[in-house]
Amino acid sequence: MSIVFSKPLSLTDNVLTYCPGCTHGIIHRLVAEAIDDLGVQSQTIGVAPVGCAVFAYNFFAVDMLQAAHGRAPAVATGVKRVHPDKIVFTYQGDGDLASIGMAEIMHAAARGEKITTIFVNNAIYGMTGGQMAPTTLVGQVTTTSPYGRSEELTGKPIRVSEIISQLDGTAYAARVSAHDPKHVMEAKKAIRKAFETQRGGAGFSMVEVLSTCPTNWGMTPIEALKWVATDMVPYYPLGVYKDLSKGAA
Amino acid sequence: MPTLTIQSDLCKGCGLCVDVCPKKVLGFDPSSLNAKGYRPASVLAPDACVACAFCARMCPDCCITVER
Amino acid sequence: MAKLLMKGNEAIAESAIRSGCRFFFGYPITPQNQIPEYMSKRMPQIGGTFLQAESEVSAINMVYGASGSGARVMTSSSGPGISLKQEGISYLAGAQLPCVIVNIMRGGPGLGSIQPSQGDYFQSTRGGGHGDYRVPVLAPSSVSEAVSLTQRAFDLADQYRTPVILLGDGMIGQMMEPVDLPDQPDQPAAPSAPSKPWAATGWDGSRPRSIINSLYIDPSALERHNTMLQDKFAEIAKNEVAYSSEHTDDADLIIIAYGTVARIARSAIRAARASGIKVGMIRPITLWPFPSEPIARAARTAKAFLTVEMSAGQMVDDARLAVGGLKPVYFYGRTGGMVPAVRDVLARIKEAV
Repeated sequence: MSIVFSKPLSLTDNVLTYCPGCTHGIIHRLVAEAIDDLGVQSQTIGVAPVGCAVFAYNFFAVDMLQAAHGRAPAVATGVKRVHPDKIVFTYQGDGDLASIGMAEIMHAAARGEKITTIFVNNAIYGMTGGQMAPTTLVGQVTTTSPYGRSEELTGKPIRVSEIISQLDGTAYAARVSAHDPKHVMEAKKAIRKAFETQRGGAGFSMVEVLSTCPTNWGMTPIEALKWVATDMVPYYPLGVYKDLSKGAA
Repeated sequence: MPTLTIQSDLCKGCGLCVDVCPKKVLGFDPSSLNAKGYRPASVLAPDACVACAFCARMCPDCCITVER
Repeated sequence: MAKLLMKGNEAIAESAIRSGCRFFFGYPITPQNQIPEYMSKRMPQIGGTFLQAESEVSAINMVYGASGSGARVMTSSSGPGISLKQEGISYLAGAQLPCVIVNIMRGGPGLGSIQPSQGDYFQSTRGGGHGDYRVPVLAPSSVSEAVSLTQRAFDLADQYRTPVILLGDGMIGQMMEPVDLPDQPDQPAAPSAPSKPWAATGWDGSRPRSIINSLYIDPSALERHNTMLQDKFAEIAKNEVAYSSEHTDDADLIIIAYGTVARIARSAIRAARASGIKVGMIRPITLWPFPSEPIARAARTAKAFLTVEMSAGQMVDDARLAVGGLKPVYFYGRTGGMVPAVRDVLARIKEAV
């Protein structure tokens, strides 16, 4: 018997505290798999956000720092400047990265900070109970957009990968999704590529992963996966937005 | 023959594995509950498994090991 | 040791470098700009890192990352920027990360002015950000004291795993005075700071994982964490009070003043003594912990106290707490960047006795 699939070493044995069916768990596993595949577990330092992934330091079996809301890219900058030989990553949600932390992520990317950001976009604030996020779709009902997000009142959702890829310091930016096995495999490749880009020293790398929030979307986990495909992907097109790494076309 | 192992105590019964399995190997056993009160996914038709690992790839809680 | 004529801000920066600080993250704001400017020139010469952040918020969080990675690290700013840093300072205190934060105070509130002030006393000595914490606050009264207190700040920070604030005013930052800098030849590596086994350096399994964190979701765990922090603060309060006493033995009136104002008070005291008024001074060097005990002792013999501040009256609260109602504690202050004049202090001395 050979193992086809088992839990990666770079995840701890702690029970993941996410809601049933939340794809954060899948994305955690993909990050850990990338760390395992590159053999850099002992060389990796992670930065956890504020949001549902605030406890990420319990789950990644690497040294971790927990950052203030939105500040993970600044914290990661401090880490990377002290340890330029280490692999440094942030794991952030859409409220953390695209709202309160917009300045930090933009400038980390603009500086070409040699860190990797895993940006989990589930179009809502999960941890605080389902409020509107900068990535909430127009018309989407949340606890602070009870009549559906109004474009007139709050504008349209922010497409982060498109913006980040415009910055010269960004070496790799991709948007992937975790809503079915095929897309999970693509997400895994992108995350691995982002870490490799960092290791190669080309600049800032980010992978935006479309993710679910069955609890706050008011859907079953399976309905939530379908909603990613039918409603999120059309607004947030998947693909590699930038790749300046060595060997890239 | 492929073997699926589900760590039932970690399973939250979200059903993503059940839904994604192309061979209908997995399902819910109505009589089964784990310590957290979730109804965990169960291997109901082990002989049909082709070790594609779709279930494990979609499991958000890393409870599935696939061996061949 | 060579005597050098240096501006306060530059002397603080050079002293930090000679204390082993190899990482500086800052953002421009008057009147502290010579600190980041000096660092931007010096750090590359010695293999250190200077980075101009996109905001004070980012700068303090870069400090959090660098400190959590085990480095000696500093940032500097002035009032409005220090307000922005408070979020990060609270996290640093909660996660027990050592670092030095320089505040070259300017007039406030709001955008205020760019002239010297001591209006950030409350903010500095009460913690400043959210939650139950204190940070040591060191207040130099001359450029040469700024040099020695910068070194002291790094040592205290590492010893107690805490942020330390070096609280100067615009006058200290901008004036030039001769200083003795400790000999520390330029060298690529930082001098040996204490070992930091708790720092995030990459986990190879030979020690527990390093987790830099201030989150304790279980209330009983957070209370235990707070109790531990309070024990640490009590230890700092017990061991680290610093102050100087001048002419207090026979004094009828004792002035309490710190920083630049202490120098003005010293001139006023000289003038008062020349006219036969017995005045002395207690000059807090640490504002937290505050030298309450020496002030309480002095209250047994002195007839009254006068705090002089470049604020609307902040340290006077601590002075009154220390005196405990035993003797009157008067206050004289100027605000907005106005500096008390010797003759005005002298007039208050005469009113008080």
